Amino acid sequence: MFRFIVRRLLLLIPTLFGLSILLFIWLHRLPGGPETAILGERGTPEMRAQIRRNLGLDEPLLIQYGRFMKRLLQFDLGTSISTKREVTTEFLQRFPGTVELTITAMVIAIGIGIPLGYLAARRNGSILDYASVGGSLLGTCIPIFFLAYVLKAIFAESLGWFPAIGRQDSSINATHPTNFFVLDGLMTREWDAAADAIWHLILPGLALASIPLAIIVRITRASVLEVLGEDFVRTAEAKGLTERVVRRRHVLRNAMLPVATSIGLLTGLLLSGAVLTETVFGFSGIGLFLYEAISNRDYPVLQGFILLIAVIFTLVNLAVDVSYSLIDPRVRVR
Amino acid sequence: MTLASGQKKEKLDRLGELAAVRDDEQGVSLWRDAFRRLRRNPAAIVGAIILALFVLVAIVGPFLVPYDPAAPIGVQDGVVRSGQGIIPGPSSDHWLGYDHQGRDEFSRLIAGSRQTLIVGVVSTLIGLTVGVLLGGLSGAAAGLGGRWGRWVDNILMRIVDMLLSVPGLLLAVSFAAILGPSPITVMIAVGAVSVPIFARLLRGSMIAQSNRDYVLAATSLGVRRWKIAISHVIPNSLAPVIVQATLTLATAIIEVAALSFLGLGTQVLGQPEWGLMLAEAQQYLGIRPALAIYPAVAIIITAFGFTLLGEAMREALDPKLRK
Repeated sequence: MFRFIVRRLLLLIPTLFGLSILLFIWLHRLPGGPETAILGERGTPEMRAQIRRNLGLDEPLLIQYGRFMKRLLQFDLGTSISTKREVTTEFLQRFPGTVELTITAMVIAIGIGIPLGYLAARRNGSILDYASVGGSLLGTCIPIFFLAYVLKAIFAESLGWFPAIGRQDSSINATHPTNFFVLDGLMTREWDAAADAIWHLILPGLALASIPLAIIVRITRASVLEVLGEDFVRTAEAKGLTERVVRRRHVLRNAMLPVATSIGLLTGLLLSGAVLTETVFGFSGIGLFLYEAISNRDYPVLQGFILLIAVIFTLVNLAVDVSYSLIDPRVRVR
Repeated sequence: MTLASGQKKEKLDRLGELAAVRDDEQGVSLWRDAFRRLRRNPAAIVGAIILALFVLVAIVGPFLVPYDPAAPIGVQDGVVRSGQGIIPGPSSDHWLGYDHQGRDEFSRLIAGSRQTLIVGVVSTLIGLTVGVLLGGLSGAAAGLGGRWGRWVDNILMRIVDMLLSVPGLLLAVSFAAILGPSPITVMIAVGAVSVPIFARLLRGSMIAQSNRDYVLAATSLGVRRWKIAISHVIPNSLAPVIVQATLTLATAIIEVAALSFLGLGTQVLGQPEWGLMLAEAQQYLGIRPALAIYPAVAIIITAFGFTLLGEAMREALDPKLRK
C-alpha cells in the first residue's frame, strides 16, 4: 500500500513537468498578451513593449521557462498580473470557496443519489424506477449554466428565498481565518455568518449537483441490481438474516464500490462545472478567477492555477484508489 | 525472401483471418445480436425517433423556414427595440416571436438544428479520430509490442493522463483561446476534451482482447503483429468506443453551449446555432426569458435522444447485462 502511494506520487512529477511545458507553450501562443488586457486597444507600441519588458516577456521562451521552474522549486508561482498579489495567496483565498461549493454539490448528489438509486433498484420495474432512470438521463442533458440561471431566476429573483450572488452577505462583517466561510463562522462562533454562508451555497450547489446526482443514481442502481442477483445475497437471506442486515452488510457494502470510483472521477467534472456555476452566481472561487484570468491573459495565474488543479485532481483520484482497497479487502493495491 | 515463403506467409495470413472471422459467423454475430436487442428496447426506440426527427429537421428545415433566420426583420419593421426592452413574443406571423436582433425566432430555431448537428458530429469525430489513433497505437503497443511497445504505450499514456488531469471545460477553454475565434475552433476545443477518454477506452479494451485465444491462434499461425492489431484486435475492441461516441455527441452539444456562454463560441459560418442562441439570450432573461428556454429545450431534447440511444447501445452490447 505504502509503495503504491509513493509510486503514484512519484508519477505525478513527470506528469506535472510535461503539463507545465504544455501550459507554457500554450500560454505564450495565446493571441494578445497581458499588455493588451492592461492597456486595451489604445496603448502605443512603446508602452506595450515596456510592459512586456517589465513582466520579463521579451526574453526567449526557454529562459522564461527556466525562471518559472526555478521559482516553482521554491513553491513560488509568481504574482498575478491583474491583482498584483501572489498566485499562491490568490489560490488559497479562493480555493476554499470552490471546495465548499464542491462539497455542497457532493453532499446533495450523494445524499439524494444513493438512496434514490438504491430504491430504484429494489423496486426494479416500478414507476419510481423508470422515473429515476429517466430523470437521471435527462439530468445529464441540461446545460449546467442554464440550470443555474433558471434556479437563480426562480428561487432568488422571483421568490427571494435564496441570495442570488456572492459567498456571503456583505453586511455581515465576519472574520475569515481559514477562508472556508462556513467553517470560519463555526470556529469563531459567528453563527449568523455560518448560516448565511450556507444559504449562499445552496442554489449554486444544487446547480452543480445536477450531473453528479444523475450519474450517482444510475451507477448505484446498476450496481445494487447486480449485487442483488448474487448468490451470497440469496445465501444470506436463506440463512434467515433480517432484511436490514442483508441490506447493510451484504448489498450496500458490495454495491458501493463502483459508486466510490465514480465519485472520484466526478471531481474533474465538478471543477469544470464550478467555472460555469461560479460565473452565473458571481461566487468567488477558483473557477470565476480562472475565467477572468483567461480574458486578462494573466499568465502566472493561469499557469499556477491549472497546475495546482491538476495536483489536487490527481491526489483526489489517488485517495479514491486507496479508499477502494479500504472498502473492499479483495482489492489490494500494489 | 523466396517466392515460396512469401506465398506461404500470405496463406497463413488468410488462415489467421479465417480462424478469427469464423468465430463470428457461427451463430449470431455480436452486432446483429445487439441490434436485435436494441430494437426491443423502448428507450432505444424513443432515442432513435428523437434523433431521426432532429436529423430530418437539420437536413430539410433550413429550406422550409418561413423567414430568413439572419434577417433582422423585426428591427426593420420597428417592432423590436431590445435596447428599450421591447422584444415581442409569439404571434400568428411569428410563432415564437422575435429574438433580440429582431430575427424570427422560430426560423432560427429550425435553421439552428443544422449547425448544432454539424458542430456536434464534427467535434465528436475529431475527438474520436485522435483518440482512436492514440489509443489504438497505445493498445497495440501494450498488448502486442513487447518491451519496446510497453515503452511507447507508457509515453502515450502519460500524455493522455496529462490531458485527463485538466478538467474538461478548462481544456476546451484552453484550446478555444489558443486557436482564436474561427468556426473550426469550437469543434476542435470540444473534440479535444474527449480525446483522452476515447484513447483510454480503446486501449483498455484492446489490452483485454490481446489476451484472447484468437490472438494467440493468429500469432501462432505467423500473422504479423500489426496485422493482428489492425484487422483483429481493433475491430473487436470498438464496441465500447462506439457507445461512448454516441454519448459524447450529447455532451459535445452541451459543451459547445458552455463555450458560447463563456464567450468563446463563434458563430459558425454566420448561421444560427442553439448553443450560441442560448448564450446570447442570457442577457435578455429579464425581458424575455423564453428566448433562452426555446434553444435550451431543443438542446436538452436532442442530447436526451443521444443519451437514450447510447445507454441502450451500452446495455445491448454489454454481456453482463444480458438477461
